[in-house]
Amino acid sequence: MAKKKTIRTIPQARTAMPEQSPQARVKNFEEVACGYRLEDALLEAQRCLDCADQPCVRGCPVGIDIPGFIKKIEGKNFHGAYDVITDTNLLPSVCGRVCPQENQCEGVCTVGETLEPVAIGRLERFVGDMAIAEGWANVPYIERNRFKVGIVGSGPAGMACAADMAKAGCEVTVYEAFHEPGGVLKYGIPDFRLPNRVVDVEIEKLTRLGIRFECNTLVGRLFTVEQMLGEMGFHAVFIGTGAGYPSFMGIPGESLGGVLSANEWLTRCNLMRGRDFPNFDTPLQPGKRVAVIGAGNTAMDAMRVSLRVGAEKVYCIYRRSAAEAPARAEEIHHAQQEGVDFQWLTSPVELLGDADHNVRAMRCERMALGEPDASGRRRPVAVPGSTFEFECDMVVFAIGTNANPILGQTSGLKLDKRGYIATDANLATSIAGVYAGGDIVTGAATVIEAMGAGRKAARGMKAHLGLRDTDSVYLHDSADAADRLFGIDRRERGFARVHLA
Amino acid sequence: MLNFEIVTRTDFSDVTYLLEIRHPLMAKAARPGQFVIVMEHEHGERIPLTIADFDRDKGTVTLVIQAVGKTTREMQQNCQVGTHLHAMVGPMGVPSHIGQARKVVCVGGGLGVAPIFPQARAYKESGAYVIGVLGFRNKSLMFWDDKFRACCDELIVCTDDGSAGIQGLVTEGIRQAIARHPDIDEVVAIGPPIMMKGCAEATRAHGIKTMVSLNPVMVDGTGMCGGCRVKIGEQIKFACVDGPDFDGHQVDFDDLMARLGRYKPTEKAALESWKESCRIRGGAGH
Repeated sequence: MAKKKTIRTIPQARTAMPEQSPQARVKNFEEVACGYRLEDALLEAQRCLDCADQPCVRGCPVGIDIPGFIKKIEGKNFHGAYDVITDTNLLPSVCGRVCPQENQCEGVCTVGETLEPVAIGRLERFVGDMAIAEGWANVPYIERNRFKVGIVGSGPAGMACAADMAKAGCEVTVYEAFHEPGGVLKYGIPDFRLPNRVVDVEIEKLTRLGIRFECNTLVGRLFTVEQMLGEMGFHAVFIGTGAGYPSFMGIPGESLGGVLSANEWLTRCNLMRGRDFPNFDTPLQPGKRVAVIGAGNTAMDAMRVSLRVGAEKVYCIYRRSAAEAPARAEEIHHAQQEGVDFQWLTSPVELLGDADHNVRAMRCERMALGEPDASGRRRPVAVPGSTFEFECDMVVFAIGTNANPILGQTSGLKLDKRGYIATDANLATSIAGVYAGGDIVTGAATVIEAMGAGRKAARGMKAHLGLRDTDSVYLHDSADAADRLFGIDRRERGFARVHLA
Repeated sequence: MLNFEIVTRTDFSDVTYLLEIRHPLMAKAARPGQFVIVMEHEHGERIPLTIADFDRDKGTVTLVIQAVGKTTREMQQNCQVGTHLHAMVGPMGVPSHIGQARKVVCVGGGLGVAPIFPQARAYKESGAYVIGVLGFRNKSLMFWDDKFRACCDELIVCTDDGSAGIQGLVTEGIRQAIARHPDIDEVVAIGPPIMMKGCAEATRAHGIKTMVSLNPVMVDGTGMCGGCRVKIGEQIKFACVDGPDFDGHQVDFDDLMARLGRYKPTEKAALESWKESCRIRGGAGH
């Protein structure tokens, strides 16, 4: 390597990523951001200072060795970069696309103190996409043990936990209620942000670790968590069923035709391919004038999907201001570019229907920001006399979700007061051997946080089963990272595991 | 592995057919009042169907289906013995509460006759006196009256035209049952929303507890989309996870029926486009 880089010697500007123009992309479901080309990735990789304290690694919920993989890119060793990433993250193509990097790795990047931070997410995606194109897959040497692990839910939390348990040698079965695995990556996040084929390829790689996916299986109803531990012979179970159960506001008119949750709208469109109706059978009935309530990432997805299936006008109705909106800045920016009309500081009070029980208009009131509430955000208060109406023929609620009640109804799992599954710091639930993580524990959060929870639960499960955790046992005492393969220390091979009774 | 093989098919009429599907795990888990969601093929939609029967020994689940639109007609054409469904998930919903009621009226209207059967049988097995009330438009659409006779203490068949049993709607059957038995504890009704509404109204004045099984539009059936939300009293409930059984005297049926009409235009378009493609394919074959 040449002499030490400094903030003055690296390329000053962050390498731009090619994008579809707003006019073109709003008519299709192709990806908005087209990804780095080889020369873009090589240029951007030069911007990493390889700094000593590596804040980016701590900023990543799964602790990817970020300077490590970027250095491999710089040295044009792309397969090596893929190996480094997949030591800790099996879904680089997914995470590189959907993580809110500005709040995670990139948010704490040293370069970002002076210049724009290194585009870590884009580089990760570049490596992941190259691996897909080249057909790379890391199938580690796996020493089988006698343990069976069941995973409930095939979303990001379940996938991450499944991967870690499979690498530890367990026989892993993932149960999914839908007819296809992937969870929110498939039904929720639209193809223009994360193509479903990318998710399918990443899942296919997990099956190469020996993980079995059983779809059409509704745990809690077809069999219970207790049955999994009992007659079905699982030694440990992880629950990653997501949050689901969308919230509505309880205002008049919510049962009118054309009023639906973002989850329903996105599922019909993305997973069921209602956008290709009647080639696919699920009807969509898109609106011409659509109002989406909420300003999180789900709301942005719902709005941008609406535009792509033919809406002429899409409103974002949010009771706070742009500064408080929970969506990623990039998503809001993309939605603005595509023509979404943002109505900040606005709250719906009633939905008005026509003679056929379909929604025809929304009545709202304007809000002002008052004193900070318990969450520290300024509480919106209605401005007296500010009520107004506008016409719309579809209303989508994207104001969050509640805990899904099925597992609470059908198992002895202890729930917290909001109905989510209660866990300890290691994500163990009230039933011995049962762990839980992701949205069903924390409420709606991000893909990478769910993956982080899946991995954390896997550590807890390994401890419960008496399996050595290679990450915590060897990661730090191994002098040379090259002595590790796929996250497993080479010395781990042939290690005889003891199950503590 | 689950393969959802169709092992029996029976046609009750030119629009009503029965499929018995192999699914040993579900046959073991299923309880009266629960439902499944099926997809016939990869491009299909997910449709909810009530479990009409289950055989734990044979490892099968029985569905009775009425051909009303594109998916159910296509299934009528394609689902033959030995073929497979693309997907079937369940049992879904909260099982019917078979309580301590000693005298029960089980009402099935049209296709609702099938899903009321496991409930009637469960009540009989719990030791209750069971009065079956079955409604059909006419005698040619009648099915399973023999199955009900085997598990009911009394059976009242009602047809719109009087071609079998008494002439009239199921509400007439309920009226007769109440007249004969002043000590009825509970009425359970499954059928079209308008019929269940009529049943709830028929019992309201008598103060007889009346449970109905609601059939709103569903997508996932697991509580993550809220497409099936219904108004129960002042509350919003999701029929797929909180139901499908609810207190009929609390249900807002007008709201349910209005919501069921939402996709009528697209449903019609789907049926027309399918019929057209059948005609073209059929024509090419000759």
